Amino acid sequence: MDAIILQILNGLDKGSAYALIALGLTLIFGTLGVVNFAHGALFMIGAFCAVTFSRLLTLSHQVVDETRTDFLGNPLKVDVPYMHDLFGEGTGAAIIDWAVPLSILFSIPVMIAIGVIMERGLIKHFYKRPHADQILVTFGLAIVLQEVIKQVFGANPIPTPAPEVFRGSLDFGVLLGFDPNAIIYPYWRLVYFGFAAVIIGAVFAFLQFTTFGMVVRAGMADRETVGLLGINIDKRFTIMFGLAAAVAGLAGVMYAPINSPNYHMGMDFLVLSFVVVVVGGMGSLPGAVLAGFLLGILESFASMNEVKSILPGIDQIIIYLVAIIILLTRPRGLMGRKGVMED
Amino acid sequence: MSKTILSRRGLLRTGAIAGAGLAVPTIFTASSARAFTNAPSGGAVTLGFNVPQTGPYADEGADELRAYELAVEHLNGGGDGGMLGTFSSKALEGTGINGHKVEYVTGDTQTKSDAARASAKSMIEKDGAIMITGGSSSGVAVAVQGLCQEAGVIFMAGLTHSNDTTGKDKKANGFRHFFNAYMSGAALAPVLGDQYGTDRKAYHLTADYTWGWTQEESIKAATEALGWETVETVKTPLAQTDFSSYIAPVLNSGADVLILNHYGGNMVNSLTNAVQFGLREKQVNGKQFEIVVPLFSRLMARGAGENVKGILGSTNWHWSLQDEGSKAFVKSFGTKYGFPPSQAAHTCYVQTLLYADAVQRAGSFDPCAVAEALEGYEFDGLGNGPTLYRAEDHQCFKDVLVVRGKENPTSEFDLLEVVQVTPRGQVEYAPDHPMFAGGALGSCNSGA
Repeated sequence: MDAIILQILNGLDKGSAYALIALGLTLIFGTLGVVNFAHGALFMIGAFCAVTFSRLLTLSHQVVDETRTDFLGNPLKVDVPYMHDLFGEGTGAAIIDWAVPLSILFSIPVMIAIGVIMERGLIKHFYKRPHADQILVTFGLAIVLQEVIKQVFGANPIPTPAPEVFRGSLDFGVLLGFDPNAIIYPYWRLVYFGFAAVIIGAVFAFLQFTTFGMVVRAGMADRETVGLLGINIDKRFTIMFGLAAAVAGLAGVMYAPINSPNYHMGMDFLVLSFVVVVVGGMGSLPGAVLAGFLLGILESFASMNEVKSILPGIDQIIIYLVAIIILLTRPRGLMGRKGVMED
Repeated sequence: MSKTILSRRGLLRTGAIAGAGLAVPTIFTASSARAFTNAPSGGAVTLGFNVPQTGPYADEGADELRAYELAVEHLNGGGDGGMLGTFSSKALEGTGINGHKVEYVTGDTQTKSDAARASAKSMIEKDGAIMITGGSSSGVAVAVQGLCQEAGVIFMAGLTHSNDTTGKDKKANGFRHFFNAYMSGAALAPVLGDQYGTDRKAYHLTADYTWGWTQEESIKAATEALGWETVETVKTPLAQTDFSSYIAPVLNSGADVLILNHYGGNMVNSLTNAVQFGLREKQVNGKQFEIVVPLFSRLMARGAGENVKGILGSTNWHWSLQDEGSKAFVKSFGTKYGFPPSQAAHTCYVQTLLYADAVQRAGSFDPCAVAEALEGYEFDGLGNGPTLYRAEDHQCFKDVLVVRGKENPTSEFDLLEVVQVTPRGQVEYAPDHPMFAGGALGSCNSGA
């Protein structure tokens, strides 16, 4: 029982990342009709926003420590962050420690700007082109973005730790009456799950309870009629592209402490997120969220030793297997709408 | 006066013969004027540096390339000479190799076997490379070694740690200076016994490919010989990024040690995840839970940040070594590039010098003469103490370092501290050891 609870918890944080990326993907598809293969790259850029902001906070000047030597035997040059000079060592260190949560503020405008530039500069030229063209151009863009990141930050992963207070893990099992160490769960993954829930809730509330959201939903249902009413739906859809980029970016920012960011992390998530979108139903926001968590949890269960001893290799194919079964039984996905990608 | 009449049939026949002749890859033919593949004809000789310039190991590849450039500079008499001054052989004098100025071409392995073979083939066929060296993966090393054997050039392996490279996949034209998984296990096990005791239960997470399998087999055998019990061995997909679902069951398994048979991005992520799950803070079976990473790389350890602190592992070489050879290399490399070299850089630099020295001693670039000069060769002064290039499998035997993640690093390069220099005698094994069985060197191929 404790193993099952543990894998559900594991699946929730993995599912959170899938759901956040898939939410943005399906939002772009539902509004603009574009299959955006560069969406994983936006997740990766979000993680590197956290890296960049951390580096900005740790910008330093060097002080020579005559008592120690470097690898060449010269007096050691010690980096002293400007934050320590500005706010004192204690406060400066605390600000640096909270770099990842603080970088949310930095990343939102950056990601929206990247999203809008991407949409206006490239993707809008492919609205009327076949989906195959859109996939090729966005996939190409994703490769360009990841190579740019690699040139700037290198190929190795870059450690981006969570604040000290969120390091370590919670003995969840003890709270549920199990033995100590039965269900251990890292604090930051709990934070990630909570953060994902807030972002998903905020996106739904925005679309459901604001006039802007209502127009966007109307545009998703019937773009032509909304245009005939004199509403500039294109402008709103561009803003939605920016928002979708911000959602993917935020997912990346908060994911940085879970796995050290590297230039190909977007590609690692992209294919799975597409499967999530297809399983959830193209263009369906609740479907993307539901499928994200469902596939995340199933993936965790499939990696249990007990399951793998019965079905070797199942952990590598479970998501695709489930996708096949769902698409055979429900061709439009779990919550797909009639008419989407069926013309 | 005679008149040549060219018929249509004759033209076709002549064309077909000429075309077939041109189509035969030059790699598999030897010019009648030359006794071996790519024999140098001018005043220069070309070496082929095949390293990952793109892909996940690009940073390691960049460090290898820096080391190669430094080696070429030293061979041609530039810089401070580096390890030429400490190398026990005094055959090299900074005047190139056998009087030929050293030039080089580079290829990108992308850490993919097919891409690595293609780039090596191109350097041999188009650029006339007489020796291929480099790489950061055992899969690539085995693939390129096979190609060099067919092509009749020497392959001086870069970073490759699988037993198979000089085990079942060994080749007469291939030579490895880097240590292997068996040596990691043999060096690490006694230290693990001293530090953590002999009554331990180990849980293995293993990258599901050739290197991971041999690493698991080696460390498992070594720790079981100590008295440790292996609770579980779990293979993880090479493309895995989040290891939480593999790490979560560890504490419930009864194990009190987690052994991560992972390298590169896998290692960074699995170690980070294991520390996040608080494994190192737990007490299991009345003992402190421990994590072991059998193959450590300083470049990779940097990606795991503070999570490497206190973790034991093994490494081929470390810049903090105080022997004259290591100090000379660190000084040359550090002065030129501003930071200390990695173990990948060290092994690549040393391999280039060893090749050049073998050519110089043999007095010929003929691959078979070079191989003969390397086989059974004893040398010193290159950073690992007295070393033997064993004739039976072309594996170097030398001291192995057991290292630990440093608690108080002074810089981003100061991540590992040497716990023990395990003497060469402790990591040696018979050429027919079961972990290395199944292959044969075969005969040297000079391409003649």
